[in-house]
Amino acid sequence: MPPAPPAAPAAFAAAAAATNGGVAAEVAALELRGLHKRFGQKVAVADISLRVPTGSFYGLVGPNGAGKTTTLSMATGLLAPDAGQAVVHGVDVWRDPVTAKAMVGNLADGVKLFDRLTGEQLVTYNGLLFGLSHDEIAQRTADLLSLMDMTDAAGTMVVDYSAGMTKKIALACALVHAPRLLVLDEPFESVDPVSAANIEDILAGYVAGGGTVIVSSHSMDLVQRMCDHVAIVAAGRLLVAGTVDDVRAGQSLQDRFVELVGGRRHTEGPEWLRRS
Amino acid sequence: MVATLLRLRFRVLGNQLARSPWQLVGFLLGAVYGVLLLAGIVAGLVALGFGDIRLAGTVIVGAGSLVTLGWALIPLVAFGVDTTLDPDRLVVFPMSTSKMMVALTLAAVCGIPGIVTSLAALATIATWAHWPAAIVAWLVSTPVAVLTAVVASRTVATIAAGVGSGRRFREVAGILVFIPLILAGPIIAGLATGFTVNADTLTEMVPLLGWTPLGAAWAVPADAAAGDLAAAAAKLLIALATLGALWVLWRAALARSLARPRLASRAAVRAGSIGWFGRVPTGATGAVFARALTYWTRDPRYLRQLIAVPLVPVLLWFYARDGDPLVALAFSAPIIAFIIGIVVYADISYDGTAFGTELATGARGRGDRLGRILAAAAVAVPLVLLAAVIPFAFAGDWRQLPGVLGMALGILFTCYGVCAVTSAQLVVPVAGSGDNPFKRVPGTTFLQGMAFFGIWLVALALSAPAIVVGLIAYFTQNAALSWIAFALGIVLGTAVLVAGILIGGRMLDRTGPVLLARLKAMKNA
Repeated sequence: MPPAPPAAPAAFAAAAAATNGGVAAEVAALELRGLHKRFGQKVAVADISLRVPTGSFYGLVGPNGAGKTTTLSMATGLLAPDAGQAVVHGVDVWRDPVTAKAMVGNLADGVKLFDRLTGEQLVTYNGLLFGLSHDEIAQRTADLLSLMDMTDAAGTMVVDYSAGMTKKIALACALVHAPRLLVLDEPFESVDPVSAANIEDILAGYVAGGGTVIVSSHSMDLVQRMCDHVAIVAAGRLLVAGTVDDVRAGQSLQDRFVELVGGRRHTEGPEWLRRS
Repeated sequence: MVATLLRLRFRVLGNQLARSPWQLVGFLLGAVYGVLLLAGIVAGLVALGFGDIRLAGTVIVGAGSLVTLGWALIPLVAFGVDTTLDPDRLVVFPMSTSKMMVALTLAAVCGIPGIVTSLAALATIATWAHWPAAIVAWLVSTPVAVLTAVVASRTVATIAAGVGSGRRFREVAGILVFIPLILAGPIIAGLATGFTVNADTLTEMVPLLGWTPLGAAWAVPADAAAGDLAAAAAKLLIALATLGALWVLWRAALARSLARPRLASRAAVRAGSIGWFGRVPTGATGAVFARALTYWTRDPRYLRQLIAVPLVPVLLWFYARDGDPLVALAFSAPIIAFIIGIVVYADISYDGTAFGTELATGARGRGDRLGRILAAAAVAVPLVLLAAVIPFAFAGDWRQLPGVLGMALGILFTCYGVCAVTSAQLVVPVAGSGDNPFKRVPGTTFLQGMAFFGIWLVALALSAPAIVVGLIAYFTQNAALSWIAFALGIVLGTAVLVAGILIGGRMLDRTGPVLLARLKAMKNA
């Protein structure tokens, strides 16, 4: 299924240039232009345009079912959009997937891993798919496993890992080819606090070294602490995007999020659920 | 609670059908088939009522025993049991084991096979109506007969699932256990030919079934009709005891499987030992090859696909044992090649959503095709070669080996070529990684079944030249023609293989995201 051409490319380009205050000359690490996806009757993603500047740590937040995973799947070439474009460092993901995907490290949510492989085999498998040399793969696998604190589990089949360990090995797989852009869908889900702190360090170092990270999360505290940019989506639409300070406008990100998305109820729950 | 579960069962079926019109079409075709089958059965039963009482008893007891046996064995073979109401999922609700068993039994009776069996069993009244005593017996024995079949099915399913919960054990034993079961047909046939089957011995044998747990319930009205009330009472007792024993057995198995859900075995290898991954050249082909080959040896779902390898020669030998078994065995290699070549027609299904890992790396479809085929061939080619050589080694006459090899390898390569294209287009619901490989997966559509059949035909048609020439060479004992078949098989097979990899690879570059989306839509992938 070839991606449909964007409905109005000129308008999107203009919009992108406008939101970036005229610095569009610099190529964004990831640029989404009018992404649109519908499943049957349900519109999962409606016209999302987003510009992730190179070197930024970008948070993508939204309530459950907001279309975060769908958006990131379309941005990484896993799900063909009905309309719109995803461009990684100037390369259209759907026109030239091989070049684009080689620059992306992807931690997808809702896909399994080849869990009959050991952790070490799985990371090696990913390295081989990207065509790295065996020496490079062996070195990087060892580094990544020790970074993730998983050296002991290297020879254990992924099927026997806990949920958090599975997340960590998936992250190692996403990092092994030293991508320029990391797309992480819910990377901290089920990960224990120590590992989460370690991963945060790795990601911060990665961004400091010139890499770009886009991360979806439910944890506003984490996004406010780690990210420099944030986009809030709900019901498939982009509500607001920009630097974290601009978006939260003096409030905490949590409050700003609830204010934008709505649906907060102040209640102590139903009467019958109270014991005393 | 029981009624709620029954409603749930129909709701699940209804929702499945509502999701896609093709599922509905498949369901309706199945329903039409069931109704026609039922109409035929009823017509036969009505006709039986006008015949001899002994004949009626023999037919009903024989057919009834087969039905019961079928119910008991079905959970073991490919269709498996319906997993709509899985005990594992019901365990969180406050429900006693007995209540759960009642619910599961009723749910099975209310499924399509259950309804057909029940109606057919009830329809035996059409025969028995001619004998008043039999009508009374029918009232008592029919529910017992149906319940025995259903409970036997659930018992076997629960025990099989329990046995299959230790992973390593399941991987090997779970597969091997099924070989004698699949061979049950020839074994029984072999015993039967020993007794030189004819109508007379059959009428001698079948009444004996009435004294076994399989046929007792079905035989009660027959004895009552014949006026032998003592025998009828004794058989009713046997039938009730069977049902009771099955119930107790099922309860024990269920209680055990619910209390001890799944063994977590942690097999670990030394760090640094990465098997094939360390030995392949880097790139998509090498990575996919190493991954697929690891799965072929480690995943029971792949092992299951190799079950044909030992079975084909045994079956061929069996059916040809009175003629010249070595002639028949010579053809085991082409048959094995076809069976294990065609099973990869939708092999991305077995990846499940893990296929996304590969898709996210932008690996070229051509590399993926080549890697998968090389891995499958690494397993299949040695087996096919062995199957081809061994019969000739026994015969000591090698002149026809080239033709057989040509047929076998030609078929294998052609199947791989065809499957390289089809598996870039098709994903079908399969048991998830780690599930019982024999688990039935809901959602296979009639259309997919037809597609599979079409793929068979295409693969056979494309390998026809080598097959035809090879067969002629073999049966005319023409050595030169045999070499021609060899050349035809290798050359044409390789041509289809290369074309398949190129076409399928190009296709997969385009269809990869579509396949992943479809895999994601399947819940267990």
